[in-house]
Amino acid sequence: MNEKNKPILEVKGLKTYFTTKRGVSKAVDGIDFTLHKGETLGIVGESGCGKSITSLSILRLIPSPPGKIAGGSILFKGNDLVTMSENEMRKVRGNEISMIFQEPMTSLNPVIPVGEQIAEALRLHQKMGRREAWAKSVEMLKLVGIPSPEKRAKQEPFQLSGGMRQRVMIAMALACTPEVLIADEPTTALDVTIQAQILALIKDLQTKIGMGVIMITHDLGVVAETCDKVAVMYAGNIVEHATTEQIFANPKHPYTQGLLASLPKIYEDQEELRTIEGSVPSSYNMPAGCRFASRCPYQEAICTAQQPELVEQSDGSKVRCWKYTEQWTGQVEQEEVV
Amino acid sequence: MLMFIIRRLVQTVPVIIGVTFVVFFIMQLVPGDPAVLLAGEGASKDTIEAIREQLGLNRPLYVQYFDYLMNLANGDFGVSLKNSQPVLDEILVRLPITLELALFSILITIVLGMGAGIISAVKPYSMQDVGVMLVALIGISLPSFWFGLMLMYFFSVKLQILPVAGWDSLLHVILPALTLGAGGAAIVARMTRSSMLDVIRQDYIRTARAKGLRERLIIYKHALRNALIPVITVVGLQFGALLGGTVLVESIFAINGLGRMIVDAIRMRDLPMVQGGVLFASLIFVIVNLFVDVFYRFFNKRIELN
Repeated sequence: MNEKNKPILEVKGLKTYFTTKRGVSKAVDGIDFTLHKGETLGIVGESGCGKSITSLSILRLIPSPPGKIAGGSILFKGNDLVTMSENEMRKVRGNEISMIFQEPMTSLNPVIPVGEQIAEALRLHQKMGRREAWAKSVEMLKLVGIPSPEKRAKQEPFQLSGGMRQRVMIAMALACTPEVLIADEPTTALDVTIQAQILALIKDLQTKIGMGVIMITHDLGVVAETCDKVAVMYAGNIVEHATTEQIFANPKHPYTQGLLASLPKIYEDQEELRTIEGSVPSSYNMPAGCRFASRCPYQEAICTAQQPELVEQSDGSKVRCWKYTEQWTGQVEQEEVV
Repeated sequence: MLMFIIRRLVQTVPVIIGVTFVVFFIMQLVPGDPAVLLAGEGASKDTIEAIREQLGLNRPLYVQYFDYLMNLANGDFGVSLKNSQPVLDEILVRLPITLELALFSILITIVLGMGAGIISAVKPYSMQDVGVMLVALIGISLPSFWFGLMLMYFFSVKLQILPVAGWDSLLHVILPALTLGAGGAAIVARMTRSSMLDVIRQDYIRTARAKGLRERLIIYKHALRNALIPVITVVGLQFGALLGGTVLVESIFAINGLGRMIVDAIRMRDLPMVQGGVLFASLIFVIVNLFVDVFYRFFNKRIELN
């Protein structure tokens, strides 16, 4: 493997647990993925599947207690972030790995001018002087398309609209030209028109800087638009990991199929929207078998007995489903599934 | 900002007029006739009537009130019934003493209270947090007259390192200021703690962490400024309570301040003196509130005065 193909971020067997009075919640339970330079990985799944916890785990921002990284490793350029000292970790945060949070309305400090909020990371990591950092932060605001950035930089978040605040968040995350950008639902809180602009902006900057992007979203439209490959998460696990084309053209895991089927279609007359029956198992009390089994139309005996592994398929994609293993009997043939 | 201060100043005028109204009429409800007290025991009816006539106490109340207001507008606070000295002269002697005491007390309230609150909030539910909050609970519960006496007993009588009473040097300030400021410090500590804990959970603190900032910078730059907004209000309210407290503390430590002057004047039914004293105390309170508002706006620019 040559230098270029070496992943910058390698997550192996990551487990993040929360210990509460109700017991141990296995929010993220053994996930693996890799990210290369210039690549965009989408992590999709419904609310509570562990997407955001995964991203917070990478930067070690899990509120602790009750949260804790209980196992696995996160290799960033060969160094394990899980075992790194807090001091070293601080040099990574906001500098080499940055994050855009999903709530632009609450993720900026309400009493500090936005320019200063960008500049402080520059002073810290790039050792810039006060004036230089300020100039750079105005430049960043201009880069993310904020009109009259000199004036805006001096304003506080309440004077900015939601779309502008999210741009500020992006400017902040990109100020130190990170190698990895984690975007946690960067457009969920925004209007559709702004959404497209923000995504285009990230894409544009990605090609300029060459950073790897982890796009966390529940919006398959965003995935189709921006991602090279996709990890589908369900109840703390990755259930399918494939290229974006594969996911959309040939989804393998029944959950992925369900997700895609539940997208409303413009060209078909639909009486009602399709859903996936049932609900996600509690993270405190995971079933012994496949976590999707209770909602799965293909369910067999083995599904509830034992959890399947994430197995690589002939086309290079990976699926966590008994259906794609030799143990699958295929007895229950789908009548109702179309 | 300047416009805000000016507008806020204009608003204080009706408040102050309201205060004169309340003070004047409440004093009329207080039992006891100043003319009788002044005339002394066994004075004849004629003497009492003459005194009443001389002081204008026989006129209708509203006439007396408007007379009082007119005089106030001219800077005339009346003369003491006790010694015929102008009330204003007496107040101007006493006021600096009370202001000094109040200032040191509020300083103790702020420094001690916020410091303790931050220490608690940084490591919630730890030994240091439990310890600080226990002390704060005791601080809130202690009545100041008892606490003052205990301080006096311990530091002045037992250890003999601080003066018992009086108001001569900076050393004399320590015990009364501590007595007066302790309760407020305890309340401010609890408020700072809960406000800090609330702020630390906010998304923007997570953003600050994600930037790689040091914990110290996160606490003092990102969290504290937001956490202080409700604390400032509490400090302002505490100042009011503190002014009331000077009455007690000045009596305990034999300090000739405004509070003690008012107590003595009430005892003597010295109406002009009481009115003047209370009016000045209210004035201080109004000014402090003005400061609180200005600070509030400085810390939180979202606030607009309608």
